[in-house]
Amino acid sequence: MSAKNETVQLQATQYLTFMLREEGFAIEISKVREVLDVTTMTRIPRMPEYLSGVINLRGNVVPVMDLGQKLGMGSIEYTKNTCIMIVELEVDANLVEMGVLTDSVQMVLDLNPEDIESVPKMGTNLNTEFIKGMGRQTEEKFLIILDIDKVLASEGEAALREIDNAVTVQSVGSTPEEAVGTEA
Amino acid sequence: MADTEYAEVFREEAGELLEELETSLLELEKDPADLKIVSRVFRAMHTIKGSGAMFGFDDIAGFTHHVETVLDKVRDGSVPVSTELIDLTLASRDHIRALLDAATGGGEADPAEGERIIAGLQSLVGGRVPDKAQAIPVPAEPEAEKDPTEGRRTHYRISIKPTPEFFVGGNTMESLIAELGKLGESTPFMEDGQEGGGVLILLTTDKGINAIEDVLVFAESSCQVTVTVLAVEGEEDLEEHKRLGEILLERGEISDDDLKTVLERQKPLGELLVGEKLVSRTSVDAALAEQKLVRDAKEKATVAKGAESIRVASEKLDELINLVGELVVTQARLTQVASHHKDSDLVEPVEEVERLTAELRDCVLNIRMLPIGTTFAKFKRLVRDLSAELGKEVVMVTEGAETELDKNVIDQLGDPMVHLIRNSIDHGIESPEERELAGKPRKGTISLAAQHSGANVVITVTDDGKGLDAEKIRQKGLEKGLLRADMELSEQDIWNTIFAPGLSTAKTVTSVSGRGVGMDVVKSTVDALKGSVSVTNSVKGQGTTITIMLPLTLAIIDGLLVNVGETHFVLPLSQVEECVELTEEDIARFHERRMLPVRDQLVPYVRLRDFFAIPGERPAREQMVISRINGDRFGLVLDGVVGEHQTVLKSLGWVYRNATGLSGSTILGNGHVALILDVANVMQCARQEEHAALSN
Repeated sequence: MSAKNETVQLQATQYLTFMLREEGFAIEISKVREVLDVTTMTRIPRMPEYLSGVINLRGNVVPVMDLGQKLGMGSIEYTKNTCIMIVELEVDANLVEMGVLTDSVQMVLDLNPEDIESVPKMGTNLNTEFIKGMGRQTEEKFLIILDIDKVLASEGEAALREIDNAVTVQSVGSTPEEAVGTEA
Repeated sequence: MADTEYAEVFREEAGELLEELETSLLELEKDPADLKIVSRVFRAMHTIKGSGAMFGFDDIAGFTHHVETVLDKVRDGSVPVSTELIDLTLASRDHIRALLDAATGGGEADPAEGERIIAGLQSLVGGRVPDKAQAIPVPAEPEAEKDPTEGRRTHYRISIKPTPEFFVGGNTMESLIAELGKLGESTPFMEDGQEGGGVLILLTTDKGINAIEDVLVFAESSCQVTVTVLAVEGEEDLEEHKRLGEILLERGEISDDDLKTVLERQKPLGELLVGEKLVSRTSVDAALAEQKLVRDAKEKATVAKGAESIRVASEKLDELINLVGELVVTQARLTQVASHHKDSDLVEPVEEVERLTAELRDCVLNIRMLPIGTTFAKFKRLVRDLSAELGKEVVMVTEGAETELDKNVIDQLGDPMVHLIRNSIDHGIESPEERELAGKPRKGTISLAAQHSGANVVITVTDDGKGLDAEKIRQKGLEKGLLRADMELSEQDIWNTIFAPGLSTAKTVTSVSGRGVGMDVVKSTVDALKGSVSVTNSVKGQGTTITIMLPLTLAIIDGLLVNVGETHFVLPLSQVEECVELTEEDIARFHERRMLPVRDQLVPYVRLRDFFAIPGERPAREQMVISRINGDRFGLVLDGVVGEHQTVLKSLGWVYRNATGLSGSTILGNGHVALILDVANVMQCARQEEHAALSN
């Protein structure tokens, strides 16, 4: 996002680490609202595979994304360690929640800016747009620090593009919460 | 500048007054002789000035003062009501609005505009001898409405009970009493030595009740003020003399009960008279009956006046709705649990809770219902200004203004309605000359009508203009690639192309229609409200009717819960016509073609399992729910119908905002999420997919 966020990122020291296919990842802990065990999920038909569905989070319907599939690492298999991280992000000036499915959540880790290396130009096999940097956990062990805003926001853009393509199919889901209008 | 907290109070109050002012002015234009409306306009201005000064909005008070001076002259008849006057007063209303917004940090007011208005108004007053041609003809007897108390010595009783708010603005009772004292002979009776106590004033003056109300107008918002005419001197039919008990009672010196106990010791007058054989029993009964009649009539008037309202922030209401929504869900769960336990001790109270919850829900939803007339009033001004700008003569008539709709829906409806009206005036209604040539009255008519129809509200915008040119629209549609030459389209289909994005048939773009919003915006707004908009009628040379259908409320709907395998769906019950069974034999009989005769009519259907690619085998007996979409019957085939379900609508979230065939979600009693079907969208998509598959 903006340059202001960049500086925040450099000062932020706490990260939540998690696993995807035996590989260590991390996101800023300030983005994470809570971590849940996997609950009953309702799949939304006719949507991309990596969108796993929606869950009932204390009366709110929250969409969930399979991070493994989104990053092209194959879908997540449910085990007793599988978790949903509830991440908060800003969309059109509104804070929205989104669930992210991961293989397991590990720990909270302090990282100093000097522990974070810039993204290698190639070799990650990931969309470098989605990566903020490589965090050094130990001498030998690196974590991929994800820019979760970009990962999730790309979803919104894709959705918008599809709306533009489907001109004749005009039905945009809207709810009372979204429909609160301003006084004319 | 002004204290922000009070500024907010003032802003709200002034906003309401300005709206009232606008309505009154437009009424006045229609009926320039009605002095009651003039007083209403004056009073609104006066209150804005008064409370503006009180809360420190000096520029508003200063500007309003000039307008008020002119209106005062209008009220006493020395300046006539003219179109120019109305124009200027409306302009000053807008200017006050701008000042108000500027003062509360929203936009900027143009001081030159204020000066222009004041100059205009002053020339109106200075001109004194009114331009006869300009003046709106005033019917012969304007005196009839004149304040009957003016010029006659009248005794009033004025009771003022201040609320703490009154003193906040630095007001004192003494200044108010002194102000009233200037009008005539006054005798104040203060409530025993209390600082914040009320006051009772007996006032005798010949200045008329308007003069008194002008003094009290500041106090009205923060005090309980009652002005009672006790007697008008020299008037023959003086009200019957009040009895001592009544006077004391009215002043609140004694309670009704006290009076009754004392009076009970006294025999009724009738009884006494009959006892003394002065009158017969029947004439006493007749007199009593008459008394009762008059009393009842008076009571009715009081009751009607007593309907009070309070102002509540709409966020609080939204919160309440959300809570009730949660309650409805929890109650559904409770009912489910209770039915498992089969314990009659449990079932009974649970049924009671169910009934109460339903009532509570209806009640709460009802609170948010507002009459649509509030928005209609705004459009009057729009029509007036727009027709003047475009050199057209247009009147607007409204029907069903009392029809109630959810506040959120009404708020969202403003913009599309404005656009439809603009469109009608701009493209629909012809110029007066053209209309005369076509043998139509010079004045065009736009009619706005609203009515309930089941769980929907139907709003129609009708004009008597030139109608839609179907051929021109078709050409344009072909040009823009919205239509294909080989498409077989009904006239109605062609008309409704105007709602597609990128179609504008207007040859010249006027300032009115060139705002960058098209009819497609109207459609998407109405779609977002789960409604529909369509051209329902258009006759060349006679006019066009556009119909908007909207659900009564957005928050909670009655739904039908159905399932396909493990997935649960909810259909809005209002869209369900009937449910029938679909068996293997039916399918075989029609050779897998997706249709079934129901009541002598072939109904096409879509199997949700296929449409949504839900895994699993279909059961031997499937259910088919039949809906009617735009007049066509259409079936959805699914595994089973679970039952009715009160549904609290939830968004599917921004990620799923373009999900096909779904309009939202809801949480079931067991905590699982069910999806709400958008039946029209399912049908549309299924049809398109079939066409696409065939043309490949």
